[in-house]
Amino acid sequence: MSLVLVGTSHRLSPVEVRERVALDHEGAAALARRLADGGEAVCLSTCNRTELYLSHSDSDSAEALAAEALLEDEVELYRLRDGDAALHLFRVAAGLDSLVPGEGEILGQVKEAYEAGARGPVLDRLFREALRVGKKVRTETAIAESPASVSSAAAALAQQVFGDLNGCRVLLVGAGEVSELAARALAARGATIAAVTSRTEERASRLAEAFAADAVPFDQLGRELEQADVVVSSTSSPEQVLSRDQVPDRKGRPLFVIDLAVPRDVDPSLAELEDCYLYDIDDLQAVVRESLSGRRREAARAEAIVEQEAKRFRDWQASLHVVPAIASLRERAETIRSGELAKAEGRLEGLSESERRTVESLTTQIVNKLLHVPIVRMKEAAATEGAGYVEVARDLFGLGEDESAAANRKPRK
Amino acid sequence: MAELLFWPVLLAYGEAAVAFAGDARRPGSMGRIGTWGVRVGWLVQTALLVLQAARADGFPWATWAGSLSLFVWLVVGAYLIWGCRPRFRLLGLVVMPLAALLLALSYAGGGVDASGRSGYSTLFLVLHVGLVMAGFAGLTLAAALAALYLWQERELKRRSSTVLRFRAPSLVSLEGLFARTVAFSLPVLTLGMAAGFARLRHGSQLDPLIVLTVLTWAVYGTFLLLRFGAGWRGRRAAYTTLAGFALVLALQLSLQMGHFA
Repeated sequence: MSLVLVGTSHRLSPVEVRERVALDHEGAAALARRLADGGEAVCLSTCNRTELYLSHSDSDSAEALAAEALLEDEVELYRLRDGDAALHLFRVAAGLDSLVPGEGEILGQVKEAYEAGARGPVLDRLFREALRVGKKVRTETAIAESPASVSSAAAALAQQVFGDLNGCRVLLVGAGEVSELAARALAARGATIAAVTSRTEERASRLAEAFAADAVPFDQLGRELEQADVVVSSTSSPEQVLSRDQVPDRKGRPLFVIDLAVPRDVDPSLAELEDCYLYDIDDLQAVVRESLSGRRREAARAEAIVEQEAKRFRDWQASLHVVPAIASLRERAETIRSGELAKAEGRLEGLSESERRTVESLTTQIVNKLLHVPIVRMKEAAATEGAGYVEVARDLFGLGEDESAAANRKPRK
Repeated sequence: MAELLFWPVLLAYGEAAVAFAGDARRPGSMGRIGTWGVRVGWLVQTALLVLQAARADGFPWATWAGSLSLFVWLVVGAYLIWGCRPRFRLLGLVVMPLAALLLALSYAGGGVDASGRSGYSTLFLVLHVGLVMAGFAGLTLAAALAALYLWQERELKRRSSTVLRFRAPSLVSLEGLFARTVAFSLPVLTLGMAAGFARLRHGSQLDPLIVLTVLTWAVYGTFLLLRFGAGWRGRRAAYTTLAGFALVLALQLSLQMGHFA
């Protein structure tokens, strides 16, 4: 059974091409069932890629079928086999083939594809290994630790000040999309969006409703500041909306202010107040840039892990080629052993039950010991010599031939 | 035998210091290797101290070097409470080089010798030296936490783009932690001092070290009053903890003046 991968991704195709071959969950499951056709198939479809993984005895036909399903005449595709296909999936699961290295969403998408696929022994092992490798890379490297967007950087910085954000009160100044994204990132980490204020009361009410927060009039901003731990400001006001004088005495409680507006909403001198930490959009973008370069540095370590795991998979896959030969060899040996014992039955009649068991055990041990080294060598050589070694073993032991035919066959010249 | 145990301890603490430095540059397996260095080193040092206690005819840490070895063991033991957590590994960068250095100093002064003798009654020294050292160890750890707080606070104030690169604990948890560590260590120090004063009544004279200890106690006592009574937090609290630690350091280094001799 060969492993075949046919697919396209953001590296080859723009979004207008990718969307033509994108599949939803049901579509992916249905296509997997159709393509399996006596073999195995899994369809991985995300916003950045559509990939078909197949394991089939007729790999050329399977590949042609998959390419046809992905509109090969109109879409640029990559086609990979066996070890290369495994390495690719491991890189995908580790987030190394993603736009943002180490992003976490892909691991869930690989899992969904695996669960919806038409799996057999090869793809089952491949996808389970891919999920394990994806987790291993994220545990053993820092590739997924740092934030990759301005809003997640803001939330990560708030955590650096407060630790657990549970119980932290967030005040949103401005009710636009930028505020909402930052609020979502903070809420996802446990913060409470306590109040929303905006010059446009209607927008403030709508956003407040989304987070079960209070919509407060803009002129009450100063009063709300007393309660807040985190302030996110993103208005379109041409003037500053938050001055240093408006911040009440914090009595040692930190205040984290995120100014996402251009022009800036917050008086920069506010950063001089003790226990007050102010970050504007440039500061946050610098954090994101540093964070992304850190992810790229970690990607080199992640590649080494993925490479090592892909080699392990290749070795396992190669060992599959020798399994039938090993089974035939054992079967042949057992047939000979039991046949010879049957022939000697007349001479063994006088033996007691215990002596018979000893003879059985002895002959089995001799056979096992004789076969042990050839079997181990076949498994070891499977990764390097491949099918050639199996053929030699078949020829040497006459596997697949009738026992008497194998014994009577004339030696090759 | 004591010599045989000393070198693995120094090696393990040194290895931990180097590994934590590596972990700060590139977080990952180095941090775990460092933590194991601390654990193994501390366990071997425990065996070393037990051996010293078993061999000595009395309390074996009656010299400045001996007390320094005990102090290192207490500091590392206290660090192990938090140091195993990834976010507190940066603390190891402060604690472990100091531990390795002080242990080497203790060795140079004969502090790991297994034939120490003490002219004092065992009970007095166990209570006095043991509790004072434990208090100092706690205050050392509090100072390390305060130093980490100040570094982290400065990075956040400067809006450094690398502030998230090092996995440090948050400001709020560091601040709470160093205050609580002082709150735990000061009563221990107080008990140790009380044991010392109890002995003074029997005719010993007041030396400058005792005056310095009382001054240290007063600094930390004032800190606790302000921190828990008046809500004194943040940078000022961290600087006060460090000022108190400067006195602790002076006390530690002054022990060779003969206080325990």
